[in-house]
Amino acid sequence: MMQFVADGIVSAALIALGAIGISMTYNILRFANFAQGEILTIGAYFTLLLVSLIGAGIGTLGPVAFGWPLLVSIVFAMAATSVVVLVVDWLLFRPLRNRKAARITLIMAAFGLSLMGRNLVTLIAGGEPQYYAFFIPKAIEILPGVRLVPDDFAIIGIAIIAFAALFLFMNRTSMGRQMRAVSENPTLARINGIDVRAVIRWTWIIGASLATVAGALLAHNTQLRPEMGFDMLLPMFAALILGGASNLYGTILGALVIGLTEAIAVSLGLAGYRAAITFMVMLIVLLFRPQGLLGEKE
Amino acid sequence: MVEPMLAVRDVEAGYNPSLPILHGISLDVFEGEIVTVLGPNGAGKSTLIKAIAGLLSISRGSVTIGGRDITGVETHQLIRERVAYVPQTENVFAKLSVEENLALGALHNPDQFAEQRRRVLDLFPDLERLGHLAAGKLSGGQRQMVAVGRALMADPTLLMLDEPSAGLSPKLAQVVFSQLIRVKQVGVTILMVEQNARAALKISDRGYVLAEGQEKVQGDARSLLDNPEVGELYLGANSRLARS
Amino acid sequence: MEAYLSTIIFFLIFASFYSLTTLGLNLQWGFTGLFNVGIVGFYAIGAYTSAILTGPPYPDTLIGGLGLWFPIGFIGAMVTSGIAALIVGFITLRLREDFLAISTFGIGLSIQLVALNFESLTRGPNGMYSLPRPLSGISESNLVDNILYLILCLAIIGAVYWAFERMVRSPWGRVLRAIREDETASAALGKNVFAIRLQSFVVGSAVMGLAGAMQGNFIGFISPQDFLPIFTFQVFVMLIVGGSGNNMGALLGGLVVWGLWSFSEQVIGAVLPATFNTEAGAVRIVLIGLILALALLYRPEGILREKRIVSREARLS
Ligand SMILES: Nc1ncnc2c1ncn2[C@@H]1O[C@H](COP(=O)(O)OP(=O)(O)OP(=O)(O)O)[C@@H](O)[C@H]1O
Ligand SMILES: [Mg+2]
Repeated sequence: MMQFVADGIVSAALIALGAIGISMTYNILRFANFAQGEILTIGAYFTLLLVSLIGAGIGTLGPVAFGWPLLVSIVFAMAATSVVVLVVDWLLFRPLRNRKAARITLIMAAFGLSLMGRNLVTLIAGGEPQYYAFFIPKAIEILPGVRLVPDDFAIIGIAIIAFAALFLFMNRTSMGRQMRAVSENPTLARINGIDVRAVIRWTWIIGASLATVAGALLAHNTQLRPEMGFDMLLPMFAALILGGASNLYGTILGALVIGLTEAIAVSLGLAGYRAAITFMVMLIVLLFRPQGLLGEKE
Repeated sequence: MVEPMLAVRDVEAGYNPSLPILHGISLDVFEGEIVTVLGPNGAGKSTLIKAIAGLLSISRGSVTIGGRDITGVETHQLIRERVAYVPQTENVFAKLSVEENLALGALHNPDQFAEQRRRVLDLFPDLERLGHLAAGKLSGGQRQMVAVGRALMADPTLLMLDEPSAGLSPKLAQVVFSQLIRVKQVGVTILMVEQNARAALKISDRGYVLAEGQEKVQGDARSLLDNPEVGELYLGANSRLARS
Repeated sequence: MEAYLSTIIFFLIFASFYSLTTLGLNLQWGFTGLFNVGIVGFYAIGAYTSAILTGPPYPDTLIGGLGLWFPIGFIGAMVTSGIAALIVGFITLRLREDFLAISTFGIGLSIQLVALNFESLTRGPNGMYSLPRPLSGISESNLVDNILYLILCLAIIGAVYWAFERMVRSPWGRVLRAIREDETASAALGKNVFAIRLQSFVVGSAVMGLAGAMQGNFIGFISPQDFLPIFTFQVFVMLIVGGSGNNMGALLGGLVVWGLWSFSEQVIGAVLPATFNTEAGAVRIVLIGLILALALLYRPEGILREKRIVSREARLS
C-alpha cells in the first residue's frame, strides 16, 4: 500500500522538475512547448558526456549510488543545455515572435524541434540504451513493507532543494518579480521598464536547467535513451494542466497527482497503459474543473 | 523661448500600417504643467499615448523629450528617459502585492527605492497598510493609487495617465485629481487623457481637444472650459462637459 | 517498364493516404485553426476499426473476424474516429487552444498504447494480418489490382475534396473562417462557435480515420509500429508546405512531401550502407524538420496560398 506512494513521489519529483520549464514557457512565452521532453534528453546526454570527460565514474555519497562527479557533471550540463536552448530560441522562436506568429505556429515549431532533437540525439549518441555507471541499488526498509532505494531519497531531496531555490528566486529576486510581471501582463511589464527579452532568456535557462536535473536523475534511475524525454512529455503536460496552467505551484501539485496515479496504475498491473491512464485522469479533471486544480477561472 | 519638455510633431501612427489612426498630431507639454487631452470616444487619445510610449510604430513625425528624439523608442527604454505611463486599464500587476508593484516601479533605480517609496507613501498614505495585499484585491480607487504610485517610483519627470478617473465614483475621481495636483507640486509634469472634461480641466494648465486623429482645439484650461464650441463640437454627447 | 509503373502506382496509392489525411487536417487547422497533434491516433483508430470489421477471425481475439464488406469497414472507421474526436473535442475545444494540442497528443499516444497492450482486441505487437484488400482478385495481375485500388483511392479523395469545397464555400464555411480569424467577433454574431468548431474537428478526424482504414486494408497488415508520432508530423509538414487553408494545396502538399520523403529514402539508402539504417531514418527526420522550420520562417503561406473564398450566398447578393 505505502510502496506505491513512495514510488509515486519519486516519479512525481522528476515530472515536476521537468514540467516547471513547460509551465514557465507556457506562461511567459505563451505556448505549449512540445520540445520540453527533448530538453530533458539533451540534458541527460550532456551529463553523460561530462561524466565520461571527468572520468571518475559517478561517485557515491554514503549509501547513495551517485556523488560529486555526477552532481558536478549535472551542473555543467545545465549550462550546456541552456546554451543549446538559447541558440534554438534565437534561431527559431525569436524570429517567429518578432513576426508576431500565431501561438499555434510556435507549438508547431516546437513539435518539429522535438522530432528533430530526438533524431539528432540518435545520430550523435546512438540509439541504444546507455548508462552513467553500473551499480546495484540496495533498497532499505523504511517502514514495514516499504522499501526505498537511498537514491530515491536523494532524488526527492534534490527536487525539494530545487523547488525551494525556485520559490526564493521567483519571490525574492528582481528577475523573479519581473518574470511574474511578464507572465501576468507583458505590455504593462514593458511600460514598467522590464526588458522582456532578458526575461525570456531566464525563462529558457531556468526551464532547461531544471529539465537537465530531471533528465539526469531519470537516466541514473533507469537508462539513457533518445526517447526518454519524449516519454515524459505527456505526464509533464498533464501535470501542467491538472495544476491549473497559470500557477507554478499548481504544476508541482499536478505532478504529484500524476506520479501517484502512475504508481497506482503500475501496482494494478496496468504498467503498459500508464500514460493513457494519466491522460484519462487529465481529461476527467478538465471535464469537471477546466481551470485545473489550483487555477483561477478566466 | 522655452523648450517644451515633450514635443509631439505631426505624428502619424496606428495599429496597422495601412490604417493610421492619428493623422499628424502635434502637441507640446512644458515643464511643470498639467496638460489634458480631451476628445470623444475613439478619437485616438489612447492611441496617442501608446504611440509616444513606443507601443505602436510611428509612420511619420517625431516625438522628442527634453530635446532628445525618442520616436519609436523601445517601450522598456521609456523609463530611462524618465517618462512613466499609467495605462487606462489593467494598470497594476494584479497577482503581485502592492509592495512588489512598487518595487517593480523602481526597477532601474533600485538604490533610490527607499527614498522613492517614502515619497509615494507620503502621497498615498493608504498604500502603507495595504502593502502585502495582492493589487488585484484592492478597490478601484486604491488600485489607481498603486498604478500611479508604481509609475512615480521610477522618479519620472513626465507622467502620462490614460483616463485616471475612469470607472471611479465622482467623489473618488475628485480624490484622484487632488492627488494629481500634489504630484505636480513635487515636480512631476503630467500629460493626461480624460473623459471627465470639466474636472480634469479644473486642475490643468492647458488642454487639447482631439477628434478623428487630429488636434482640433488647444488653449489654456480656462479658455477651454469657457469655450461653448468645445463642448458642442468635440466632446460628444456623452461627455460631462457637453451635458453640463 | 512494368516494374517502374508498379512502383509509381504503389507510390501514388501511399500518397493518397497522406493526401486524404492532409485534407482532413486542412479542415481542422487550415479552415478552423484547430491544432490536432494526434492525427496518427485518429488514423490508427480507423485502421483498427476496419481491421476488426473486415478482417478474418483470429484464434486469440475477443471480437473481430467479422469479415464484413469493406465499405462497412471504411464507414465504421469514420464513425469510431469521429466519436473519439467528439469526446476529446467536447472536453477541450472550449479551453485554450494549447489544451486541444496537448489532449490530441495524448490521444495519439494512448491509442498506440491500447494497440500495443490490448491484445485481445488488437493482437498487440503481433498485429492484425490477412486483412482483405478491396477490389483485389478481380484480375490475375497484381498491377491491375493496384491500379483499381488507386482508382478507388482517387475516387474517395475526389468525393471528399468535392464535399469539403462545398462545405467551405457554404455559410457554414464562412462562419468557420470567421471563427479562425476572430473568435470573439463571431461569438458576438450569435454563432455557436463551440458547436461549429466541434463539427469541423469531428469531420476532419473522421476523414483521417477513413485514410487509416484505406491503408490498413491495402497493406493487409497493421501493427502498432505503423502508427508512430512521425506520421502526425509528416502530415503537418505536408499541409504547411502545400498551403494551409487551400484544399488543393493540401492534396499537393501530400504528394510533394511524400515524394521527397520516398526519394530521400532512395538517395540516403544508396549513399549509406544498410548497417546505417537507423541513422538514415534519423537523417531524414532531421531534414524534414528543417524543411518545416524553413517553411514556417520564410514561407508560412505554403506553395499555394489560401484562396479568398467568397461563399455562394455572398456572391449572389
Ligand atoms: N488594438 C487596436 N487595434 C486596432 N484598432 C484599435 C485598437 N485600439 C483602438 N483602435 C481604434 O483606434 C481608434 C482610436 O482608439 P483610441 O483607443 O485611441 O480612442 P480613445 O480616444 O482613447 O477612446 P476612449 O475614450 O474610448 O478611450 C478607434 O477607432 C479604435 O477602434
Ligand atoms: Mg482610450
